[in-house]
Amino acid sequence: MKEISVTAIRNAVKDLSIKANRELGQDTLDAFVRYKEKETSPVGRDILDQLIENARIAREEGIPMCQDTGLSVIFVDLGQEVHLTGGDLSQAINDGVRDGYQKGYLRKSTCHPFTRKNIGDNTPAIIHLRLVPGDKVHLWVVPKGGGSENMSRLAMLPPCKGLAGAKELVIQTVKDAGPNPCPPIILGVGIGGNFEVAPLLAKRALLRQVGERHPDPELAAIEEELLEKINNLGWGPQGLGGRTTALDVHLEMMPCHIASFPVAVNIQCHANRHLEVTF
Amino acid sequence: MSTELTPVTYYLTTPLTDADVAKLNIGDRVFLSGIIYTGRDAAHRRLVELLDRGEELPMDVAGQVIYYVGPSPASPGRVIGAAGPTTAYRMDAYAPRLLAKGLKAMVGKGRRADEVREAMVKHKAVYLTATGGAGALLSKCIKKVEIIAYEDLGPEAVRRMEVKDMPTTVVNDVHGRDLYAAGREIYEIKA
Repeated sequence: MKEISVTAIRNAVKDLSIKANRELGQDTLDAFVRYKEKETSPVGRDILDQLIENARIAREEGIPMCQDTGLSVIFVDLGQEVHLTGGDLSQAINDGVRDGYQKGYLRKSTCHPFTRKNIGDNTPAIIHLRLVPGDKVHLWVVPKGGGSENMSRLAMLPPCKGLAGAKELVIQTVKDAGPNPCPPIILGVGIGGNFEVAPLLAKRALLRQVGERHPDPELAAIEEELLEKINNLGWGPQGLGGRTTALDVHLEMMPCHIASFPVAVNIQCHANRHLEVTF
Repeated sequence: MSTELTPVTYYLTTPLTDADVAKLNIGDRVFLSGIIYTGRDAAHRRLVELLDRGEELPMDVAGQVIYYVGPSPASPGRVIGAAGPTTAYRMDAYAPRLLAKGLKAMVGKGRRADEVREAMVKHKAVYLTATGGAGALLSKCIKKVEIIAYEDLGPEAVRRMEVKDMPTTVVNDVHGRDLYAAGREIYEIKA
């Protein structure tokens, strides 16, 4: 059995939390440039320029690209042939978050839901653990901002609404969200599963690279159709008018109950932070 | 399809006068300089509670600007960390009270409630947006920072900031117009 120390995971969570907040991925940066060429609104082009410049400053000066350095969402695919040594995995992840948010001068954004008192170290992390075949551990660190999360939506649609109803819900969600989730956004859409799984599918869809289509051509076609319709809404960068409302739409699907049709839309702002590592 | 906007660029220094804000139209670029104050939900709640009790605010808001921001901590050698705007609707319940006290501008991101827009028309004030998520870029415009109230709120404490040429866009003007609605009208492509 392969042994992996939880200390290595703790250190990776720390390092990736800092790096993800300072270095915007090339996938998102390339999308800014690509969309700027197509953007017809002068205000919209100006904002895309600001975002490109913002990413440069954050990377070069080692400061977060956005002051909302996110709730720490951590996905772990744990190989079933791995033996984790040296302690508790959840504690190691939370310790890594605590270290990273302290040492990286990241904002601590978790609070008690009633009193709103800040917890002070950005814990607890949201951990999604999945047991998978093999002898590797794959880890994603996804700091997720509050503004875009607040505009996300889950609907338990009646099955008679069909695929057209699901598409309508996605578009209506973006229409209602307007400027609030910091467009240009990336959409994670989860269709199927049940009440808790549809949002998780949507969140997992956001782990994909911007510009990467679903391998299933049927789903890829739906992604493209939704992207075009969303960009026809006219919200544009920051909602100030323009053709760049979304940089991409990522869809994930799974079977559901014969009585149900869950559809979840998770909105990701342009500070699209997701880093991964394999042990 | 409505007509394209013809934005004008202004450089304004705080405190702002009625004349400063009355000339602004939606879509105009405003580069702000001078002293501004920060506050988010929790701080606004406390400010309005002071007004309810008939007490003085920790700062005189007349002619002032409030920036809705909860910055990330300053690393060594910097005055502040990333400092982009937060979503403004969470301050909607409190903003009319501060506008009645003479607040001239709010800087945030996202739509405001009708009551806030009406209060802006009534008291001659504007709502400006800075680019959400451009926290690193905006931090470069902030030259000095001092916490003046509610230090216990951490990132949500009220700060007094000195800014230089902070880039913003006029979203709501004193005429009651809204750039979010106008912008979409220009660029929406109907099926």
